[in-house]
This record gives sequence, structure tokens and C-alpha cells, in this order.
Amino acid sequence: MLTYLYAIGRVPLEPPDRPGVDAEPPRVIVEDGFAAVVGSVAPARFDEAALAHDLEDLRRVEELARAHHRLVAALPGDGPVAPVRLATIYRDDDGVRRLLRERATELGALLDRLGTCREWGVKMWSPPRPAADAQPVPADAERPGTSYLMRRRAARDADAHRRAQGTELAEHVHRTLSRLAVAARRLAPQDAVLSGRTEEMLLNTTYLVRREDEAAFTAAVAGAGASGAEIVRTGPWPPFSFATVDDP
Amino acid sequence: MTALAESPELALVDLLDRLLAGGVVLTGDITISLADVDLVHVSLRALISSVHTLVREAGDA
Repeated sequence: MLTYLYAIGRVPLEPPDRPGVDAEPPRVIVEDGFAAVVGSVAPARFDEAALAHDLEDLRRVEELARAHHRLVAALPGDGPVAPVRLATIYRDDDGVRRLLRERATELGALLDRLGTCREWGVKMWSPPRPAADAQPVPADAERPGTSYLMRRRAARDADAHRRAQGTELAEHVHRTLSRLAVAARRLAPQDAVLSGRTEEMLLNTTYLVRREDEAAFTAAVAGAGASGAEIVRTGPWPPFSFATVDDP
Repeated sequence: MTALAESPELALVDLLDRLLAGGVVLTGDITISLADVDLVHVSLRALISSVHTLVREAGDA
């Protein structure tokens, strides 16, 4: 069997009562004060060749991602837990033990930094374009060509103005929320096909927030939503976007 | 850890934003020495592009 690694925390850490990516019961490997949440997965489905094949299939990716997330999200929140990237698989438990020993300094620093903070996502889209221009230019019966061009220009100016306003509002929201967060990250704008949204995405950001600041943070998001642009909050997430260590 | 963990509305796109691009990376695309020893290495960059290709193909079909 191979050892699939879900998350790293500190002892004591109980494995959650949730099946893992191979429907296996998770367990905990303890080394050096660290606790690695792992599962034993079948090489037939999780060796390099099997994964390379499976990860071409979006439905399989979704299954894996949901199972991985479900398990990590079910870990107790009273101590720091660093989620590990999807599909991180060791040949055996010894590989994980070695990792915990060799990367102890970075992992310890990461867990200190994360604390019990949780991650909250914020997405913002520009409001839909209004049906009519705000300030229509009256048609000039004597110079139809000129008034057509003027209407075109007014519409273009209104678009540019709306876009600038949207960007400005998004930056304002991001600055406000960043002040309530321990750390903030911009994610790539979401693919319109995956998100099903055609409006321009003004913000796809994610924030690491202390538990005691969560109420203020959610209130700030709600306040930003009152400004007209559509804003959606997701979470709380395990701190996936902030669980980073430098490569050795 | 999270109240919304079991929410059926958890959008795949938000999940992939975090699961494919987040989490502790214990080996990089270039760091293959460790991978050769005991880590099964999957290139997530390739995965992300294949996800996009697949979704587009599904959309065209």
C-alpha cells in the first residue's frame, strides 16, 4: 500500500471519522511532536501511472478533491493544521516520518504562522451592464451620423467608467478585508466555463483570518455587498492557500 | 474544522482554486531527487491545463 498524506499538525491529533480518497479510514503517524494525517491507498489507483491517467478525468479529480477536502475539514480546529496539496503520496510511512524529521523547522514555523486561523474566500463580479445608457445623447435629426458617433462614444465612455469604478471598488474591498486578516492572497480569476459566470470577475481573493476577527470580517464582506457589485463569501476553509513552505 | 464542509453547494471551482493551487507542496516540479526516492510525483500544472482542456471539450460536445 502507498501512504497518502492529507495534513500535518501537532500531537495530539485524532484522525477524523471520515473516509479518505480511497475510502480508507485515516490514521495518524507521529514523529518528533508532529502528527501526519495519512491513509493507506492502493497502488493500483494511486501510483504514478494510475494517477497520471485518473487526473485527466475531471470527475475523478472532483472525487479526489472533495474527499481530500472533506477529511481535512473534519480535523479538530483547536490546534494548527497545515493541509497538504492534493495527491501527495509516499511509498510508505517511513517516507512521511523522514519528511517530518527533515522538514521539522519549516513545518513548525508554518504551524505557528497558521495557528487556528481559517481561510475565507471572497469573489466579486462587476454588476451587469445597464440596459440603457445613464445619460443618453439626444439624437440630432439634422446630423444623424454625428449623433450616432456621439452615442457610440458615450456608451464606450460609460463602459470604461463602469469598469474603472468596479476595479476601484474591488481594490477598496480587498484593502479593507486585508486589514482584518493575518494574510491575504489573490487567486487567478476563475475560468468562466468552470464558474458558469460571464461577468467580469473583479476579485478572487482569499484571506487568513483569526477566529476572533471572523465576525468583523464577515460584517465587512456584507458591508461591501451593499455597494451594488455582487460579492460572494466562501468558507471557512482549512488554510489551503496559506499552507506554504519554501522548497529546501 | 469548517461548518460548510458537508455543504453540497461547495462549488468545484472554489474547491479547485484551493486544492490544486494550495496546500503544503512537499516537492516542486523541479525537485525530483526526493520524488525519485519516495514520492510519487504528479505535475499539477499539467493537471490544471488538462482540466481546462477537458471542460472546454465537454462544452463543445
